[in-house]
Amino acid sequence: MRRWAGRWIIAALAVMVVAGAGAWAFWPSSHSVTTADVTIGVMDGPAGDQRVRIDATFFTPPGGGRAPAVLLAHGFGGTKASVRDEAERLAAAGYAVLTWSARGFGRTTGQIALNSPDYEVKDTRQLVDWLAARPEVRLDAKDDPRVGIAGASYGGAIALMTAAHDPRVDAIVPQITWHDLATALFPDATGQGPEHGVFKRMWAGIFFGRAGPPQRPVGAARTGPATPLTAEQAACGRFLPEICDLYRKVAETGRATPEAVELLRRSSPVSVPGMIRIPTLLLQGQRDSLFPLDQADANARAVAATGAPVQVAWFDGGHDGGDGEIDWIHERTVSWFGHFLARDGGLGVPGSAFTVTRDGGRDPGSRQPVLLHATAGGYPGLGGSARTTLPLSGPEQRIAAPPGGAPAAVSSIPGFGAPGAGGAAELFGAAADVPGQSASFETRPLARPVQVTGSPAVTVRVSGTDAPGREVTLFAGLQDVAADTRAPVLPKGLVAPVRFTVPDGGGEVAIRLPAIDHRFAAGHRLRVAIGTTDLGYAMPDEAAVHTIALPAGGGTLTLPGAALETPPAGPVWWAWALPPAALAVAALIALTGRRRRTAGEDAPDEDVPLRISGLTKSYRNGERAVTDLSFAVRRGQVLGLLGPNGAGKTTTLRMLMGLITPDAGEIRIFGRKVTPGAPVLSRIGCFVEGPGFLPHLTGRANLELYWRATGRPAADARMAEALEIAGLGGALDRAVRTYSQGMRQRLAIAQAMLGLPDLLVLDEPANGLDPPQIREMRRVLIRYAEQGRTVIVSSHLLAEVEQTCDHVVVMHRGRLVTAGPVSELLESAARPNGSARRLEDVFLTLIGDNA
Amino acid sequence: MSTGTAGAPGYSARRTLPLSVEFVRQLRRRRTLVMFGLLLVLPWVLAAAFELGAGQPRPGQGAAGTGLRMSDLATTGGLNFAVFTLSVSATFLLVVAVALFCGDTVAGEANWASLRYLLAAPVPRGRLLRQKLIVALGYAAAAVCALPLMALLTGTLVFGWADVQVPGTGEVVPAAVALPRFALVVGYVLVCQLVVASLAFLLSATTDSPLGAVGGAVGLVIVCNILQAVDALGGVREFLPTYWNSAWLAALTPEPDLSGMLRGVAVAVAYSSILIAVAFRRFGRKDIVS
Repeated sequence: MRRWAGRWIIAALAVMVVAGAGAWAFWPSSHSVTTADVTIGVMDGPAGDQRVRIDATFFTPPGGGRAPAVLLAHGFGGTKASVRDEAERLAAAGYAVLTWSARGFGRTTGQIALNSPDYEVKDTRQLVDWLAARPEVRLDAKDDPRVGIAGASYGGAIALMTAAHDPRVDAIVPQITWHDLATALFPDATGQGPEHGVFKRMWAGIFFGRAGPPQRPVGAARTGPATPLTAEQAACGRFLPEICDLYRKVAETGRATPEAVELLRRSSPVSVPGMIRIPTLLLQGQRDSLFPLDQADANARAVAATGAPVQVAWFDGGHDGGDGEIDWIHERTVSWFGHFLARDGGLGVPGSAFTVTRDGGRDPGSRQPVLLHATAGGYPGLGGSARTTLPLSGPEQRIAAPPGGAPAAVSSIPGFGAPGAGGAAELFGAAADVPGQSASFETRPLARPVQVTGSPAVTVRVSGTDAPGREVTLFAGLQDVAADTRAPVLPKGLVAPVRFTVPDGGGEVAIRLPAIDHRFAAGHRLRVAIGTTDLGYAMPDEAAVHTIALPAGGGTLTLPGAALETPPAGPVWWAWALPPAALAVAALIALTGRRRRTAGEDAPDEDVPLRISGLTKSYRNGERAVTDLSFAVRRGQVLGLLGPNGAGKTTTLRMLMGLITPDAGEIRIFGRKVTPGAPVLSRIGCFVEGPGFLPHLTGRANLELYWRATGRPAADARMAEALEIAGLGGALDRAVRTYSQGMRQRLAIAQAMLGLPDLLVLDEPANGLDPPQIREMRRVLIRYAEQGRTVIVSSHLLAEVEQTCDHVVVMHRGRLVTAGPVSELLESAARPNGSARRLEDVFLTLIGDNA
Repeated sequence: MSTGTAGAPGYSARRTLPLSVEFVRQLRRRRTLVMFGLLLVLPWVLAAAFELGAGQPRPGQGAAGTGLRMSDLATTGGLNFAVFTLSVSATFLLVVAVALFCGDTVAGEANWASLRYLLAAPVPRGRLLRQKLIVALGYAAAAVCALPLMALLTGTLVFGWADVQVPGTGEVVPAAVALPRFALVVGYVLVCQLVVASLAFLLSATTDSPLGAVGGAVGLVIVCNILQAVDALGGVREFLPTYWNSAWLAALTPEPDLSGMLRGVAVAVAYSSILIAVAFRRFGRKDIVS
């Protein structure tokens, strides 16, 4: 029966595996999303007279019907192919998605105008027109589709700009993008504006390079002679000439001209205040030295001012790398669009007003870092909802600005983007300041951890400078200094550039440090490092030395904090439900497995120590070990159970001991049915299939512990008599593992005789005994039976049985061959000539008959 | 029923295989003594290793962003040393110890052939299993407790008595607060090992090979450790029996978070109750042929 149970389990497992694999393979997936490549002709330019062919792909969701639409924009340097995966996921979530290569990218014609309202914004509005004409797209009104825009970086900015210029757009999810491209590229931590900002040279260069001249495809030389680039193509790539000229001017001087600021701001949400009036989900990366968190902060304030719903999330990602959180961003995007596009908005906006991704420790299973999302019901801004002020200390320090700006400190490497790397500082394992170029001021070790969420502020005094025009360029960063020898860490690799004209006699400058979300552990110190160089920025070529000190009244560091709640890590429902459920199942398993005891079956009969009737047993392999065996043993008999090897003797004895369960028939001992552990078993003493002792204990300890295990009074054991039969002498106090086979055999027989049981069952007792011992054994057994007890000896040694037993049961191949007194058996088989036969002859005859 | 008269005089099923007998039967076994010896010596070996290695610069120090590792803090005091010892041994050494005591208990008897004599004594099967389970769990619990307690003693003697410093953040928890929590941690580790114990016990009641039972239980832990490292399995992993084994680390932070431990207890109790029930069911019906 159990064999079948095992097969059923295996079959069930196999079915589950196959079903799982099938479900995985055939689960409705993006293959049911239909895609179509389309070319959409648009007209743009200030006069609306420039024809551009936009290369686009339209993804329609499975299921048909009219669905809300999403315009999914790509980042700078990418094409529509860069966002294909996300487009398919959005389409599978039920949106008609249009991706397109922006002007100047991919196969789309035209030149890059940096999301200008005259160019890219006009293009995108005409894509909205195109969507309105599609039968797959749900309409709010004629020519007004239900449409949202999502995109990262350059694509995020087009989402914001189009939302400002086209009232038909219903919701946007801009990611890692800018509010003011001028302040992003010319930041100044004193808040004096981009004209006084420090040029973000490395990032600007990287982006200018990404829009370089179109690369000839590999193998193009074979198809035709390469046409040499014109001077303008070589210099400006795919940029509009006026943008190219402007870039060249500012990149050479490192200064933002008013024209440059004007042009950059035309491409920025800062130029359209009050015009983005639709639900906006701003996802900004914490690891972003290009568009830091303050850009999203400005966007959030601009949108919130119109009264439109806005949410801000600082996720683990950005232009400098990090996790990226692709899945989480997709979930947030889908839930945002789900509320405002698929449903009709209104109350119950999903998500929290402010979400910050934090280190959630390590996964208990994989020990990999995990992220958790702390949330707040309101967005506190970079100033935080609460502030902590810590005193700073440190002497006046002189720092050098090296000629040509080299060597430079490295805070982050633009475009490095290694996943999981927190900017260059963490890559190199330290904040890489150059000695002599950096002044530092520290707090005392923290008594308790401080969580900074927002933009810390510090004021320092700059004096004694010999810079030309007294204009100094500085880079301020907030470092986390551990108590031990570990190098300080610059959270997220962010620094704040400062350009400051030092008045006579020196002056104080208030610096807004980069916005971060960072936990400074207890015992750590916070260090404000003011350096003269940073690899990512344009720096003055002239050498200079500045004196940096804390303000006269003593320096302080203001740290913003926000009341964020981490998701409840508290008990989950299943932690309470699982144990009772499991206990119920366990009880069911254990109780249903119990044998039913049928009461009233016992019919005590002291004269029949053993009665076997109809006993049948098959082993797992189907082999019949015992078939319909019946015989009885009377009190005082010494019964020989005789049969060749494999006759079923041992199986019968195992059933007699309750070790195995008969398939049919029953065994009664003194009239009581034998079941596993039946109390009547305490009246028999057994030695079956060899001895079984604990090898590490002495012979004496084995017998004593065995008797104690029976739970019967020690006095009943008759230990001395049993030990006498064993005849082990001094060996009794040696560990059993040192015993010979014969010694174990005798000890086992002694164990069987403990308590002088009413029925003694011995299986092949003569094995391993020498002739004198066999004779002694024979004598003991006969005397044992004379005291009114019963002995069953199983053996294949005929002479042994003949000399010991008065009755015999002969078995062969699991069946009873004959049973009766030994003398009768011999008589009935007496030869016609009257001469006595030996049992051996009788036995062989019997077997021969049955063979 | 006529239980009282059916058996031999003085026989009562409820008196068979007393716990003290089973305890003595297992006590003098070489593997019991060796395992306890190993667990009690290990803290001293670790302490000696830290003392010997104290002068040498440790690789990896100075790497920022990684936080203080537990091994860096092991020498700061007795409690930290005990926590470190527990953390390095809970994943394998204690598993082996628990699997040994619980996996060997029935299969070992079957292997010695002494099982059939106990059953024919007769010790009722359910009672035999129950008494053996209690004693095996007792030995396993003693092993799991012996190691951290000895480590606490060793650490206090060698490195002194100090507050607990938390790995990663370096926060300090006063010793008076940490000590009861350490007791809680040891209790939690005990509960976590219950799954290993009950699986080993089930295998022990199913097979005649003690090595197979111990190896099977240890194998399960190894497989689970591999599976739980596969992030792609997501939330399913929370129901792996070993997933929450190190959740006790959260109990030693300044604001202890017991939710992970609660889940760990739930999973451990669920698995072990079912495994033990299956063990009783199977053993109750099994043909003992060893």
